[in-house]
Amino acid sequence: MAQLFKRRANAIAKLSVIGIPLLGLGTWATMFAYARSDFWTRVNVPMEQPVPFSHQHHVAGLGIDCRYCHTSAEDSAFAGIPPTETCMSCHSQVWKDAPVLQPVRDSLQTGRPLRWTRVHDLPDYVYFDHSIHVAKGVGCATCHGQVNEMPLTFKTQELYMRWCLDCHRDPTKFIRPKAQVFNMTYRPAGGGSRSGRELLEVNHIHTAGLTDCYVCHR
Amino acid sequence: MRSCDEFQAGTGDWPNDLSRRRFLKLMGASIALASATGCTRNPPEHIVPYVRQPEDLIPGKPLYFATALTLGGFARGVLVETHEGRPTKIEGNPEHPASLGASDVFMQAELLSLFDPERSQSVLNHGQISTWDALSGELIHAADQWRNSGGAGLRILSRHETSPTFLDQVRRLLSKYPQANWHEYEPLGTRNVPAIYHLDKAQVIVSLGEDFLGSGPAGLRYGRDFARGRAPGAVMNRLYVVESTPTITGAMADHRLAMSPDELERFARDLESGTGSAKAVADDLRKHAGRSVVVSDQFESIARRINESLGNVGSTVDYVASERGGGELHGLVDDIRRGAVDTLIIISGNPLYDGPADFEFAQLLGKVPRTIHLDLYANETAKLCHWHVPETHTLEGWTDARAFDGTATIIQPVLEPLYGGRSRHELLALLLQEAATSPYDIVRAFWQAQHPAADFEKSWRKSVHDGVVANWNPKPSAPETASPATQPQAPGTHLLIRPSSQTYDGRFANNPWLQEFPDPFTTIVWDNAALVSLSTAQRLNLANGDVVRLKFRGRSVDAPIWIMPGQANDCVTVHVGYGRTHAGSVGNGVGFNAFAVRTSDAMWGGPGLEIAKTGDRHELVTTQQHWKMEGRDQVRVGTLAEFKEHPGKAAEGGEPSPRGDETLYPAVKYDGHAWGMVIDLNTCIGCGACTIACQAENNIPVVGKEQVARGREMHWIRVDRYFESGLTSPWTSHQPVPCMHCENAPCELVCPVAATVHSSEGLNQMVYNRCVGTRYCSNNCPYKVRRFNFLEYDANQFEQPVTRKLMRNPNVTVRSRGVMEKCTYCVQRINAVKITAEKADRDIRDGEIIPACAQACPAEAISFGDINDSTSRVAKLRKSPLNYGLLAELNTRPRTTYLARLRNPNPEFDHA
Repeated sequence: MAQLFKRRANAIAKLSVIGIPLLGLGTWATMFAYARSDFWTRVNVPMEQPVPFSHQHHVAGLGIDCRYCHTSAEDSAFAGIPPTETCMSCHSQVWKDAPVLQPVRDSLQTGRPLRWTRVHDLPDYVYFDHSIHVAKGVGCATCHGQVNEMPLTFKTQELYMRWCLDCHRDPTKFIRPKAQVFNMTYRPAGGGSRSGRELLEVNHIHTAGLTDCYVCHR
Repeated sequence: MRSCDEFQAGTGDWPNDLSRRRFLKLMGASIALASATGCTRNPPEHIVPYVRQPEDLIPGKPLYFATALTLGGFARGVLVETHEGRPTKIEGNPEHPASLGASDVFMQAELLSLFDPERSQSVLNHGQISTWDALSGELIHAADQWRNSGGAGLRILSRHETSPTFLDQVRRLLSKYPQANWHEYEPLGTRNVPAIYHLDKAQVIVSLGEDFLGSGPAGLRYGRDFARGRAPGAVMNRLYVVESTPTITGAMADHRLAMSPDELERFARDLESGTGSAKAVADDLRKHAGRSVVVSDQFESIARRINESLGNVGSTVDYVASERGGGELHGLVDDIRRGAVDTLIIISGNPLYDGPADFEFAQLLGKVPRTIHLDLYANETAKLCHWHVPETHTLEGWTDARAFDGTATIIQPVLEPLYGGRSRHELLALLLQEAATSPYDIVRAFWQAQHPAADFEKSWRKSVHDGVVANWNPKPSAPETASPATQPQAPGTHLLIRPSSQTYDGRFANNPWLQEFPDPFTTIVWDNAALVSLSTAQRLNLANGDVVRLKFRGRSVDAPIWIMPGQANDCVTVHVGYGRTHAGSVGNGVGFNAFAVRTSDAMWGGPGLEIAKTGDRHELVTTQQHWKMEGRDQVRVGTLAEFKEHPGKAAEGGEPSPRGDETLYPAVKYDGHAWGMVIDLNTCIGCGACTIACQAENNIPVVGKEQVARGREMHWIRVDRYFESGLTSPWTSHQPVPCMHCENAPCELVCPVAATVHSSEGLNQMVYNRCVGTRYCSNNCPYKVRRFNFLEYDANQFEQPVTRKLMRNPNVTVRSRGVMEKCTYCVQRINAVKITAEKADRDIRDGEIIPACAQACPAEAISFGDINDSTSRVAKLRKSPLNYGLLAELNTRPRTTYLARLRNPNPEFDHA
């Protein structure tokens, strides 16, 4: 009876013993890398907005406090997006004929709100609360990056759960004095530092239970 | 019956039309395609801010508005939670005397009715879409004639109205058109002299066929007052209930007697004379003269004479003047038959469906040349009226109403009318030919006339804000003396016509929450049934689900039988509110219409019923197929006398619980908060408000009759009911069962993906985004409190996702299919309070966290708090000798525990 397999079948078989797992591993690694790539997570990718609003200009240039526009950051889960009226409190006086601000003027005139594209979009089963993070000394820049340097707004973190847990497991690495929360240039002392541990005391942060599922999911 | 069989024939077989090979092919393709969907990115989300942000609104924080809902015309104060203008939850208003912060199923479910996409949305003229202007044109023309004729031929028919503004408008209309008339018809109202009971002051309460804890205008208030008097101590009230059909009041009784109406009448007379079967009760009443009360509407004159002779009037009961202003329905019917009516304006109501059958409303309406109908729904009556106008919902427009005790509430809207619509006040203003004004102006003008003072604005704002008008009672009502004599009851088979605990009089028929709300006694959903006692059923050879023809005074209706323990012999109870034909897609064709046998001379039924078996069967679906405790002592009951001697005796039962250290798992210590719940079975009246409150709070979907038959209802807190000591005169117990949050949770051990795990505060967490739907947890849960979303229930035909997504609680995930879900102890509320307390650098106060079930409970039976805090209410209650854990012998160490129920029977009373 003739041989079913040719001689080179041996080589192929040997190769596939290594090759198939390698292929699987490669696929997995590619997908893993893809899921973390900026292309997929939209980190560092500015979103298209109805008005090319520049945080760099308003925050760094003019020195406007975060809370002038994001009024509910200290009170509510939602930090708040300013109503058209807030924009127009200045822009009825300055740049009042600028073509880029036409949608803002239209909005006030027609009563139809602006539709901003969400930059930091958490999954719907995550219930993030701005107010408690602000109250406990998590700076705006810790999660949102150096917004004061962004001509167009983009996110600097991929917002995966691992990243949330980094801080929920050990807040000392990230927290700052309450007075520095809205300071865009403040740099936290870093993990394990004495000042971090002291801040836990000062800011009354109870780390027990911070990683319970129901803290964020419900 | 299908719903009773746990293991139906053929459940293990493959469906014939799907071979194994094809199944694997489909599954393979599905998995491949499903993974491909992972490659698409979610579409970007938008944030839409206000153009002008309202001043007091903080985005993401709810606002609460005090207003009121009416049932039977009487106001019950509510607080409506709104998120950015969308009402998402209704709670009782703690400052309103008819609510005291509690709510019932109807108040809770009103939210769903508000968002019902099948509410009427346009003015109809002869069934064709028309406009309000066209109607007002016609009425202006008609008004010319009325001016000359004094309004002859103009008739207004409304439900019972307590709205001061409405009454004022009608009064002005009738003085403008003296020949016109106004009639009231409240299908489930009564014409008797209203009595206001003070049950908190009563130590002995006797109810003669009166379900005062049920959904009456004061039911919530009575529930609270009754429960407060139920605390086991030196003084605990004693309740005697004599009734023909089981009610939640009867289930709370220390002595309950099931009697047919003629026996009941004899008992009432015996009670008055203090002889015969009622001697022991009469003696007890006399012993507590001035601190006792006889509650009855059916035997109102007898009850009143007893209360007067005992000196109870003024202490435990007050008789007040009837507020009824409109004429009787009889008068209107006579006028129409005489041809004296040319314009009939029906303001909210459905007399064609719920009117007495002998009035033949369908024919009557044909005799009136012009009929105008205003209602939330284009219902049965609307179909036969010339004009139909959609009405604004109570939560959509300005109006006012009064509570059972006369307290007035200015009803403010919580959102703009969803589907347009007009209010009663606008229609009346049109008839009055007053300048077109908004309901706000009309209501405000009325109240301004009441408070002409310069600081009206201040008092108006305060009244609107508080939800009650302070110090307003225009005429102190003098009690009426004449009471209609009690109608003598003849023996024979009786028909009893009663309100439905789900659809009331049919007005909630299109409300899926209420259709799927299990009746507290039968646990039937999506149906009504004719209730008979066991011996009557045996005598007539009837079984559950047999369809019988009920013939009563020349009319008949076909109804399925349900054997009801505790039902008096030779009495058949039917609940109205079903068998609608124009309710909407949810309510049409559900159940049978008991109004078909309701005649004007026997509004609550009477003797002379004939029952004939038709041979048909109807499938009735229940949520609890058994009624026995099977020796497991889920509900533990003792007596007050026992309790005084051995306080812990009542809580004994079941097998002994293992010691705390009898476990192979390492002990877990809870150092911080440890949340726990205690449910007091001694005060729980079994009304089920917790079930619907939870449904509203936690975005729980409705599944429909067919799915409930498969045991797939989704309620996170259910109310179990058990019958003890036989089925002829049983003791009935109700037991709310939420998740026990076991410290040794059996569900957690079997989850392969750790989708259910414990929190550091002892919550049994259910993580939806981890759940893969193996359902092992549910199988391992001894309490059966885990619910699995088998189909995409939140998107089914009952949920109407397009409009109803507006009313979802934004703080709770809307679960998809394939995910297990269960009670979370309202973790969204726990977290909200924790965040508030943390921000203020203070501890959480006891009682600050109120789960939805506890908030709704009229009897304050549910307590929630930190069991590590020895001063908290739950910690104290857990130390009570009455405290026990449900199935604690399984070493689950439940965080939800129960307080055993105590009865306070009269040792002199002989049940036989």
